[in-house]
Amino acid sequence: MPKVKVPRKSTLIDMTAMCDVAFLLLTFFMLTTQFKSDESVIVDTPSSISEIKLPDTDILNITISADGKVFFNIDNKNFSRERLLSKISEKYPELQFTPEEEKAFVLTGSVGVPLNQLKGYLALDEFDRKTYQQPGIPVDSTNNELGIWVMQGRLSNPNVRITIKGDQFCPWPIVKKVMNTLQDKNVNKFNLITDLEADPNKLKGI
Amino acid sequence: MAELEQKQAGGKKGKKKGRKKMSTRIDLTPMVDLGFLLVTFFMLTTTFSKPQTMEINLPVKEPTEVPDDQQNALKASKAFTVIIGEDNKLFWYLGLADAPIEGPIGTNYTADGIRKVLLEKNATIKDMVVLIKPMNGAIYKNVVDILDEMNISNIKRYALVEITPEELDLVKNL
Repeated sequence: MPKVKVPRKSTLIDMTAMCDVAFLLLTFFMLTTQFKSDESVIVDTPSSISEIKLPDTDILNITISADGKVFFNIDNKNFSRERLLSKISEKYPELQFTPEEEKAFVLTGSVGVPLNQLKGYLALDEFDRKTYQQPGIPVDSTNNELGIWVMQGRLSNPNVRITIKGDQFCPWPIVKKVMNTLQDKNVNKFNLITDLEADPNKLKGI
Repeated sequence: MAELEQKQAGGKKGKKKGRKKMSTRIDLTPMVDLGFLLVTFFMLTTTFSKPQTMEINLPVKEPTEVPDDQQNALKASKAFTVIIGEDNKLFWYLGLADAPIEGPIGTNYTADGIRKVLLEKNATIKDMVVLIKPMNGAIYKNVVDILDEMNISNIKRYALVEITPEELDLVKNL
Protein backbone atom coordinates (compact mmCIF):
# COMPACT_ATOMS: atom_id res chain seq x y z
CA MET A 1 0.00 0.00 0.00
CA PRO A 2 1.37 3.29 -0.91
CA LYS A 3 1.95 5.69 1.83
CA VAL A 4 -0.66 8.46 1.93
CA LYS A 5 1.20 11.60 1.41
CA VAL A 6 0.05 14.43 3.57
CA PRO A 7 1.04 17.60 1.89
CA ARG A 8 3.10 19.75 4.13
CA LYS A 9 1.44 23.00 4.84
CA SER A 10 3.18 26.08 5.87
CA THR A 11 2.72 27.08 9.51
CA LEU A 12 2.78 30.69 8.58
CA ILE A 13 -0.55 32.42 9.10
CA ASP A 14 -1.47 35.63 7.49
CA MET A 15 -2.06 37.95 10.38
CA THR A 16 -3.21 40.92 8.40
CA ALA A 17 -6.89 40.14 8.97
CA MET A 18 -6.41 39.64 12.68
CA CYS A 19 -4.50 42.86 12.86
CA ASP A 20 -7.32 44.64 11.10
CA VAL A 21 -9.88 43.34 13.57
CA ALA A 22 -7.71 44.22 16.54
CA PHE A 23 -7.31 47.79 15.42
CA LEU A 24 -10.95 48.11 14.49
CA LEU A 25 -11.88 47.11 18.04
CA LEU A 26 -9.21 49.37 19.41
CA THR A 27 -10.58 52.33 17.51
CA PHE A 28 -14.09 51.53 18.65
CA PHE A 29 -13.17 51.34 22.31
CA MET A 30 -10.99 54.40 22.13
CA LEU A 31 -13.81 56.46 20.71
CA THR A 32 -16.57 55.16 22.94
CA THR A 33 -14.66 54.99 26.18
CA GLN A 34 -15.40 57.23 29.06
CA PHE A 35 -13.05 56.84 31.88
CA LYS A 36 -14.49 55.95 35.20
CA SER A 37 -14.26 59.11 37.18
CA ASP A 38 -12.09 58.60 40.19
CA GLU A 39 -14.36 58.63 43.15
CA SER A 40 -13.05 59.66 46.48
CA VAL A 41 -15.25 57.08 48.17
CA ILE A 42 -16.65 53.77 47.10
CA VAL A 43 -20.40 53.84 47.30
CA ASP A 44 -22.65 50.84 46.94
CA THR A 45 -26.00 52.21 45.88
CA PRO A 46 -29.31 50.52 46.71
CA SER A 47 -31.31 48.99 43.89
CA SER A 48 -34.63 50.00 42.46
CA ILE A 49 -36.82 49.11 39.50
CA SER A 50 -36.52 52.60 38.07
CA GLU A 51 -35.04 52.64 34.61
CA ILE A 52 -34.49 56.34 34.08
CA LYS A 53 -31.03 56.88 32.68
CA LEU A 54 -28.89 59.71 33.83
CA PRO A 55 -27.31 62.09 31.32
CA ASP A 56 -23.54 62.53 31.34
CA THR A 57 -23.47 66.25 31.73
CA ASP A 58 -25.31 68.87 33.74
CA ILE A 59 -25.10 66.78 36.85
CA LEU A 60 -24.62 68.03 40.36
CA ASN A 61 -23.94 65.01 42.46
CA ILE A 62 -24.10 64.68 46.20
CA THR A 63 -22.46 61.49 47.37
CA ILE A 64 -23.11 60.12 50.83
CA SER A 65 -20.73 57.44 51.99
CA ALA A 66 -21.59 54.56 54.29
CA ASP A 67 -20.12 56.37 57.28
CA GLY A 68 -22.26 59.41 56.60
CA LYS A 69 -19.74 61.74 54.95
CA VAL A 70 -21.11 64.08 52.31
CA PHE A 71 -19.25 64.85 49.07
CA PHE A 72 -20.06 67.30 46.36
CA ASN A 73 -19.33 66.99 42.67
CA ILE A 74 -20.35 68.88 39.56
CA ASP A 75 -19.36 68.17 35.99
CA ASN A 76 -17.26 70.66 34.13
CA LYS A 77 -19.51 71.32 31.15
CA ASN A 78 -18.97 74.87 29.88
CA PHE A 79 -16.39 75.42 32.63
CA SER A 80 -18.96 75.37 35.40
CA ARG A 81 -16.35 74.16 37.89
CA GLU A 82 -14.19 77.20 37.25
CA ARG A 83 -17.18 79.47 37.61
CA LEU A 84 -18.23 77.69 40.77
CA LEU A 85 -14.86 78.25 42.41
CA SER A 86 -14.78 81.93 41.49
CA LYS A 87 -18.29 82.31 42.90
CA ILE A 88 -17.18 80.66 46.12
CA SER A 89 -14.26 83.04 46.47
CA GLU A 90 -16.55 85.96 45.67
CA LYS A 91 -18.77 84.93 48.51
CA TYR A 92 -15.87 84.22 50.83
CA PRO A 93 -13.28 86.91 50.16
CA GLU A 94 -10.89 85.26 52.61
CA LEU A 95 -10.68 82.32 50.21
CA GLN A 96 -8.63 83.61 47.33
CA PHE A 97 -7.55 80.79 45.09
CA THR A 98 -4.34 80.78 43.14
CA PRO A 99 -4.45 79.69 39.47
CA GLU A 100 -2.83 76.39 40.50
CA GLU A 101 -5.56 75.73 43.01
CA GLU A 102 -8.21 76.57 40.45
CA LYS A 103 -6.67 74.12 38.07
CA ALA A 104 -6.55 71.49 40.78
CA PHE A 105 -10.21 72.06 41.54
CA VAL A 106 -11.21 71.63 37.90
CA LEU A 107 -9.28 68.41 37.60
CA THR A 108 -10.26 66.85 40.87
CA GLY A 109 -13.40 64.79 41.35
CA SER A 110 -15.73 65.08 44.29
CA VAL A 111 -14.94 67.46 47.08
CA GLY A 112 -15.60 66.53 50.67
CA VAL A 113 -13.81 69.10 52.77
CA PRO A 114 -15.17 72.04 54.74
CA LEU A 115 -14.62 75.38 53.03
CA ASN A 116 -11.91 76.46 55.44
CA GLN A 117 -9.87 73.38 54.52
CA LEU A 118 -10.52 73.64 50.79
CA LYS A 119 -7.40 75.68 50.06
CA GLY A 120 -5.20 73.23 51.88
CA TYR A 121 -6.83 70.31 50.11
CA LEU A 122 -6.32 71.84 46.68
CA ALA A 123 -2.71 72.65 47.48
CA LEU A 124 -1.93 68.95 47.89
CA ASP A 125 -0.43 67.24 44.91
CA GLU A 126 -2.54 64.89 42.85
CA PHE A 127 -1.45 61.69 44.53
CA ASP A 128 -1.83 63.03 48.06
CA ARG A 129 -5.25 64.32 47.20
CA LYS A 130 -6.39 60.85 46.20
CA THR A 131 -5.21 59.25 49.40
CA TYR A 132 -6.34 62.07 51.65
CA GLN A 133 -9.22 61.10 53.89
CA GLN A 134 -11.75 63.84 53.30
CA PRO A 135 -13.85 64.65 56.35
CA GLY A 136 -17.02 65.39 54.37
CA ILE A 137 -18.92 68.63 53.86
CA PRO A 138 -20.71 69.85 56.98
CA VAL A 139 -24.51 69.62 56.71
CA ASP A 140 -25.47 70.56 60.26
CA SER A 141 -28.12 73.18 60.66
CA THR A 142 -25.63 75.53 62.29
CA ASN A 143 -22.97 75.13 59.64
CA ASN A 144 -24.57 73.98 56.43
CA GLU A 145 -21.92 74.33 53.76
CA LEU A 146 -23.66 71.88 51.44
CA GLY A 147 -26.35 74.51 50.94
CA ILE A 148 -23.70 76.98 49.78
CA TRP A 149 -22.21 74.46 47.37
CA VAL A 150 -25.62 73.57 45.93
CA MET A 151 -26.62 77.21 45.62
CA GLN A 152 -23.39 78.26 43.91
CA GLY A 153 -23.42 75.13 41.79
CA ARG A 154 -26.84 75.98 40.47
CA LEU A 155 -25.79 79.56 39.83
CA SER A 156 -22.77 78.44 37.84
CA ASN A 157 -24.84 76.02 35.76
CA PRO A 158 -28.57 76.75 35.86
CA ASN A 159 -29.49 73.61 33.90
CA VAL A 160 -27.95 71.35 36.45
CA ARG A 161 -29.80 68.28 37.62
CA ILE A 162 -29.26 67.29 41.20
CA THR A 163 -28.60 63.69 42.10
CA ILE A 164 -28.02 61.98 45.40
CA LYS A 165 -25.82 58.94 45.42
CA GLY A 166 -26.12 57.35 48.79
CA ASP A 167 -24.61 54.18 50.12
CA GLN A 168 -27.01 51.40 51.05
CA PHE A 169 -25.94 51.48 54.66
CA CYS A 170 -25.66 55.17 55.24
CA PRO A 171 -27.85 56.26 58.13
CA TRP A 172 -31.14 57.87 57.21
CA PRO A 173 -30.73 61.05 59.32
CA ILE A 174 -27.81 62.15 57.13
CA VAL A 175 -29.83 61.65 53.96
CA LYS A 176 -32.69 63.51 55.59
CA LYS A 177 -30.36 66.41 56.37
CA VAL A 178 -29.19 66.49 52.76
CA MET A 179 -32.77 66.40 51.48
CA ASN A 180 -33.78 69.16 53.90
CA THR A 181 -30.87 71.25 52.68
CA LEU A 182 -32.03 70.81 49.12
CA GLN A 183 -35.58 71.72 50.08
CA ASP A 184 -34.31 74.84 51.81
CA LYS A 185 -32.65 75.83 48.55
CA ASN A 186 -35.93 75.21 46.72
CA VAL A 187 -34.74 72.05 45.06
CA ASN A 188 -37.74 69.81 45.36
CA LYS A 189 -37.07 67.52 42.48
CA PHE A 190 -33.97 65.41 42.41
CA ASN A 191 -32.78 61.99 41.46
CA LEU A 192 -31.54 59.17 43.60
CA ILE A 193 -28.91 57.06 41.91
CA THR A 194 -29.75 53.39 42.19
CA ASP A 195 -28.74 50.08 40.71
CA LEU A 196 -31.07 48.22 38.45
CA GLU A 197 -33.30 45.57 39.92
CA ALA A 198 -35.78 43.35 38.13
CA ASP A 199 -39.32 44.67 38.15
CA PRO A 200 -41.53 41.93 39.65
CA ASN A 201 -44.51 43.17 37.61
CA LYS A 202 -42.61 42.59 34.40
CA LEU A 203 -41.28 39.25 35.56
CA LYS A 204 -44.84 38.02 35.99
CA GLY A 205 -45.49 38.54 32.31
CA ILE A 206 -42.69 36.24 31.25
CA MET B 1 5.49 33.39 11.58
CA ALA B 2 3.18 36.16 10.62
CA GLU B 3 4.20 38.35 7.85
CA LEU B 4 2.77 40.95 5.70
CA GLU B 5 3.14 39.27 2.39
CA GLN B 6 3.81 41.10 -0.72
CA LYS B 7 4.05 39.35 -3.97
CA GLN B 8 7.30 40.04 -5.56
CA ALA B 9 6.32 40.84 -9.05
CA GLY B 10 8.52 39.75 -11.84
CA GLY B 11 10.21 36.96 -9.94
CA LYS B 12 13.94 36.82 -10.05
CA LYS B 13 14.36 37.83 -13.59
CA GLY B 14 15.11 41.46 -13.09
CA LYS B 15 18.50 41.09 -11.55
CA LYS B 16 19.87 44.47 -12.22
CA LYS B 17 23.01 45.56 -10.57
CA GLY B 18 24.41 43.80 -7.59
CA ARG B 19 22.19 45.44 -5.02
CA LYS B 20 20.58 43.00 -2.66
CA LYS B 21 16.80 43.21 -2.57
CA MET B 22 15.51 43.64 0.94
CA SER B 23 12.48 41.63 1.89
CA THR B 24 9.31 43.67 2.21
CA ARG B 25 7.84 41.22 4.69
CA ILE B 26 7.26 42.70 8.12
CA ASP B 27 6.64 40.68 11.21
CA LEU B 28 3.23 41.80 12.42
CA THR B 29 3.18 39.84 15.68
CA PRO B 30 4.31 42.66 18.00
CA MET B 31 1.85 45.01 16.38
CA VAL B 32 -1.03 42.62 16.93
CA ASP B 33 0.14 42.09 20.50
CA LEU B 34 0.12 45.78 21.14
CA GLY B 35 -3.25 46.13 19.46
CA PHE B 36 -4.87 43.55 21.68
CA LEU B 37 -3.19 44.92 24.76
CA LEU B 38 -4.75 48.31 24.10
CA VAL B 39 -8.11 46.73 23.27
CA THR B 40 -8.06 44.96 26.61
CA PHE B 41 -7.13 48.16 28.40
CA PHE B 42 -9.96 50.14 26.87
CA MET B 43 -12.41 47.31 27.38
CA LEU B 44 -11.66 47.18 31.06
CA THR B 45 -11.65 50.90 31.71
CA THR B 46 -14.74 51.77 29.77
CA THR B 47 -18.08 52.25 31.45
CA PHE B 48 -20.97 51.41 29.26
CA SER B 49 -23.90 51.48 31.58
CA LYS B 50 -25.15 54.83 32.69
CA PRO B 51 -26.38 54.89 36.23
CA GLN B 52 -30.05 54.32 36.87
CA THR B 53 -31.91 56.92 38.80
CA MET B 54 -35.09 57.18 40.69
CA GLU B 55 -36.80 60.52 40.57
CA ILE B 56 -38.30 61.92 43.70
CA ASN B 57 -40.31 65.02 44.29
CA LEU B 58 -40.57 66.61 47.67
CA PRO B 59 -43.18 69.19 48.59
CA VAL B 60 -42.24 72.84 48.53
CA LYS B 61 -41.20 74.00 51.94
CA GLU B 62 -43.46 76.76 53.14
CA PRO B 63 -41.60 79.68 54.64
CA THR B 64 -44.09 79.86 57.48
CA GLU B 65 -46.06 77.14 59.13
CA VAL B 66 -49.41 76.62 57.49
CA PRO B 67 -52.17 76.92 60.11
CA ASP B 68 -53.95 73.70 60.90
CA ASP B 69 -57.31 74.78 59.55
CA GLN B 70 -55.80 75.45 56.12
CA GLN B 71 -54.13 72.14 55.81
CA ASN B 72 -55.91 69.40 54.03
CA ALA B 73 -56.77 66.92 56.69
CA LEU B 74 -56.18 63.37 55.62
CA LYS B 75 -58.99 60.99 56.35
CA ALA B 76 -57.88 58.52 58.98
CA SER B 77 -59.32 55.63 57.03
CA LYS B 78 -57.16 56.45 54.03
CA ALA B 79 -53.89 56.97 55.82
CA PHE B 80 -51.60 54.01 55.56
CA THR B 81 -48.41 54.47 57.52
CA VAL B 82 -45.23 52.53 56.98
CA ILE B 83 -42.65 52.83 59.73
CA ILE B 84 -39.09 51.92 58.82
CA GLY B 85 -37.19 50.80 61.86
CA GLU B 86 -33.60 49.93 62.58
CA ASP B 87 -32.15 46.50 61.81
CA ASN B 88 -34.36 46.14 58.72
CA LYS B 89 -37.54 46.17 60.78
CA LEU B 90 -40.71 47.33 59.16
CA PHE B 91 -44.15 48.10 60.57
CA TRP B 92 -47.38 49.33 59.17
CA TYR B 93 -50.70 50.52 60.47
CA LEU B 94 -53.86 52.00 59.08
CA GLY B 95 -55.45 55.09 60.53
CA LEU B 96 -54.15 57.46 63.14
CA ALA B 97 -51.35 56.79 65.56
CA ASP B 98 -53.52 57.22 68.68
CA ALA B 99 -56.31 55.03 67.33
CA PRO B 100 -55.09 52.71 64.57
CA ILE B 101 -57.84 50.98 62.60
CA GLU B 102 -55.58 48.09 61.83
CA GLY B 103 -52.16 47.26 63.15
CA PRO B 104 -49.51 48.13 64.00
CA ILE B 105 -48.14 44.98 62.50
CA GLY B 106 -44.52 44.10 61.93
CA THR B 107 -43.64 42.91 58.45
CA ASN B 108 -40.61 42.61 56.19
CA TYR B 109 -39.25 43.72 52.82
CA THR B 110 -40.04 40.56 50.87
CA ALA B 111 -42.72 40.20 48.23
CA ASP B 112 -44.98 38.45 50.73
CA GLY B 113 -44.41 41.14 53.30
CA ILE B 114 -45.09 44.79 52.71
CA ARG B 115 -45.77 44.45 48.99
CA LYS B 116 -48.70 42.09 49.55
CA VAL B 117 -50.19 44.41 52.16
CA LEU B 118 -49.74 47.46 49.97
CA LEU B 119 -51.35 45.84 46.95
CA GLU B 120 -54.22 44.56 49.04
CA LYS B 121 -54.88 47.87 50.75
CA ASN B 122 -54.44 49.88 47.58
CA ALA B 123 -57.09 47.76 45.90
CA THR B 124 -59.63 48.07 48.70
CA ILE B 125 -59.07 51.63 49.88
CA LYS B 126 -59.83 54.34 47.38
CA ASP B 127 -57.34 57.23 47.27
CA MET B 128 -55.08 55.64 49.81
CA VAL B 129 -52.16 57.79 50.91
CA VAL B 130 -49.02 56.12 52.14
CA LEU B 131 -47.02 57.91 54.79
CA ILE B 132 -43.45 56.72 54.94
CA LYS B 133 -41.86 57.39 58.29
CA PRO B 134 -38.27 56.31 58.71
CA MET B 135 -36.92 56.07 62.24
CA ASN B 136 -33.54 57.62 62.96
CA GLY B 137 -31.93 54.21 63.07
CA ALA B 138 -33.09 53.35 59.57
CA ILE B 139 -30.62 53.03 56.74
CA TYR B 140 -30.90 54.63 53.33
CA LYS B 141 -31.43 51.31 51.57
CA ASN B 142 -34.62 50.62 53.53
CA VAL B 143 -36.09 53.97 52.54
CA VAL B 144 -35.21 53.47 48.89
CA ASP B 145 -36.71 50.00 49.06
CA ILE B 146 -39.99 51.38 50.34
CA LEU B 147 -40.02 54.16 47.74
CA ASP B 148 -39.42 51.44 45.22
CA GLU B 149 -42.35 49.43 46.57
CA MET B 150 -44.52 52.44 45.82
CA ASN B 151 -43.43 52.23 42.19
CA ILE B 152 -43.92 48.49 42.10
CA SER B 153 -47.40 48.67 43.62
CA ASN B 154 -48.18 51.68 41.45
CA ILE B 155 -49.12 53.88 44.37
CA LYS B 156 -49.04 57.49 43.30
CA ARG B 157 -49.82 59.19 46.56
CA TYR B 158 -47.12 58.84 49.13
CA ALA B 159 -45.08 61.13 51.30
CA LEU B 160 -41.94 61.00 53.37
CA VAL B 161 -42.94 62.22 56.80
CA GLU B 162 -41.09 62.80 60.03
CA ILE B 163 -41.86 60.18 62.66
CA THR B 164 -43.68 61.25 65.83
CA PRO B 165 -42.95 60.12 69.40
CA GLU B 166 -46.37 58.43 69.61
CA GLU B 167 -45.48 56.24 66.69
CA LEU B 168 -42.15 55.35 68.21
CA ASP B 169 -44.06 54.21 71.32
CA LEU B 170 -46.50 52.32 69.17
CA VAL B 171 -43.90 50.09 67.56
CA LYS B 172 -41.51 49.96 70.50
CA ASN B 173 -42.75 46.65 71.80
CA LEU B 174 -43.32 44.93 68.49
